[in-house]
Amino acid sequence: MILWHKIKPAFWDRRESELELLNYRRLWRNTFVLGLVATLLPVVFLSWVNFYQFDRQYELQSNESKGHIQRLLSTGQVQISYFLDERRAALNYVSLGYTFEQLSDLKNLAAVFLRLRRAFGGFVDLGLIDQRGIQRAYMGPYNLQGRDYKEQDWYKEVLLRGIYVSDVFLGHRNFPHFVIAVRHEQEGEEPYVLRATIDTGRLNNLLRAAEMQPSGDLFLVNQQGVLQTPSQLYGGVLARFPLLPSSPQEWHGIIETKDPAGHPLLLGMARIANTPLTLVLTNQPKALLHKWDQLRINVIVMIAISVLAILVVLWWGTSTLVSRVFEADLRRVGLLHEAEYTNKLASIGRLAAGVAHEINNPVAIINEKVGLMGDLLAVSNDFGHKEKFIKLTLAIQASVKRVSEITHRLLGFARHLPLKYEQIHLQALVTEVLGFLGKEAEYRNIQIKVNIPPEVPTLRADKGQLQQVLLNIINNAMAAMDDGGLLDISVKQPKEDTMSIVISDDGVGIPKENLNSIFEPFFSTRGEKGTGLGLSITYGIVQKMGGHIDVESEPGQGTTFTVVLPR
Amino acid sequence: MRVLLIDDEKELVTTLSERLDIRGIDNDWATSGESGLELAKQQPYDCVVVDLKMPGLGGLETIKAIKQEQPDTRVIILTGHSSGEDMDSAMDIGTYRYLVKPVDIEDLLDLMQA
Repeated sequence: MILWHKIKPAFWDRRESELELLNYRRLWRNTFVLGLVATLLPVVFLSWVNFYQFDRQYELQSNESKGHIQRLLSTGQVQISYFLDERRAALNYVSLGYTFEQLSDLKNLAAVFLRLRRAFGGFVDLGLIDQRGIQRAYMGPYNLQGRDYKEQDWYKEVLLRGIYVSDVFLGHRNFPHFVIAVRHEQEGEEPYVLRATIDTGRLNNLLRAAEMQPSGDLFLVNQQGVLQTPSQLYGGVLARFPLLPSSPQEWHGIIETKDPAGHPLLLGMARIANTPLTLVLTNQPKALLHKWDQLRINVIVMIAISVLAILVVLWWGTSTLVSRVFEADLRRVGLLHEAEYTNKLASIGRLAAGVAHEINNPVAIINEKVGLMGDLLAVSNDFGHKEKFIKLTLAIQASVKRVSEITHRLLGFARHLPLKYEQIHLQALVTEVLGFLGKEAEYRNIQIKVNIPPEVPTLRADKGQLQQVLLNIINNAMAAMDDGGLLDISVKQPKEDTMSIVISDDGVGIPKENLNSIFEPFFSTRGEKGTGLGLSITYGIVQKMGGHIDVESEPGQGTTFTVVLPR
Repeated sequence: MRVLLIDDEKELVTTLSERLDIRGIDNDWATSGESGLELAKQQPYDCVVVDLKMPGLGGLETIKAIKQEQPDTRVIILTGHSSGEDMDSAMDIGTYRYLVKPVDIEDLLDLMQA
């Protein structure tokens, strides 16, 4: 609200022009809105094109990412299946080539284990388990010979399905590995189970070798969603990967989801057949589109700055434009008023001069004739009614004097005498003027307060005419006041080169509809008591001196005249 | 003291003349600038009272011509009305004072004799 008061243009509360059918606020609004539309339209269009292209690019990139994920998943799935099948086939090959008795011989088992390690790699140990679930022979880093696996789930599964691939586990040596077990069953031979532990390092290397995009991650999870190989983003082996769909049946294909931070995430999944494993690939399309994002942010910032600049410039431009129109209107109104007054004053002046001249001559004749009559009466002998005649001539002379005063005032109105400038002490001038009216004020008990600071400098003006100005205004003020009123006269120096004389009364005030007419010649509200010339003479004099008069009035409260004059 | 009165209003100038006679002041009168100038050429006057607006030879021209004849004579303008410019010109060519009609004869006498 305070900001609005500061930036509000001066015309905002004036609204209507006095000269034309023009509403400043509407003009401002129309100009502002039109400017806004014209300037913002290209910006909006460009922004739309930019965002449209961004979306297209995003979509393309996203599709490309999906294709890439699909390729990687397929390749990974084949490689891992091949890796597992290879080791499973190796165990099957061993089980087909050896009987239980042959493998029970640790020498033979050691030779087989050594060959497996050399040929395939990744084998950590190898165990032979008889049909009762007891490990009969074992080659490896632990002492597991004689161990009973009969009640273990994996043993039951391998008996049932012929093959078993375990989840990854850390085991005694605390490194990740998993188990492949195959069942040997042949006519006439004792059945057995061959169980091998395989290091996941090989598996990790396979996944690591995949050509991943910078924001991508590729790893294996088991059916519980637990990481079977380490992930770059979601933790090490056996950590839980939280983003998979709740049902393992849905763990295939590519879905769009969100990562824990809420960023869009492409999640690709592929089941590895005959194992509890699922290959998972994640990718953040946002990260791939990082440069586009940066560009988009730049564009948004640019647009915001442009819009802000447009708003500021438009506001300033429109306000300045309409303010200029408003100020020009004000000046024109002022000039028109002034011209109107000046024309009226000049016409009245010419009329008054003519009238005065035409009246003065016959009045002068009457004056001289009656004067002569008086002269003759004075030197003549007494005769009947002589005194009466003398009185009559005196009465005529008094009337002639009245006429003469009126014509002199009219001439004063029309006077074109050059101004006689002199330095005037306003204190002395006001005192002098009040001297003329002091008696009336005293009689009517009107209190006159004069406030002229002693430091007020002198004013260069025509003393006689300035006296008339003050006399006219004070006279009017006193006519408007009730007995016992208060008249306030003060002098101020609003600027270095101007002086203002302020005359306030607490009289009846001037109705608003009369305020514009009070300086017009012959405008009077005092009926026969006023000629209607006082204020227009005052106006003319002040104008001739290069000054102006301001009037403020509140009916019932009083009136303040401010005469502003150049020093 | 000898006074010359010039005014196109005959009623005014004759009445004024008569009133001056009563006060013992020698005077002549004329109702135009031309006839006033003729009189001034014939004899000297201490004071000339002249109107400004007259048909024919106007007040200012009359004053100029009389001042050429009699530079020391005192010129008083008695006029119905005149502009500030006229007054300035009149003062420039040696007019003593100006009075606006109607005038109190005593004021006029004061100016003549001052």
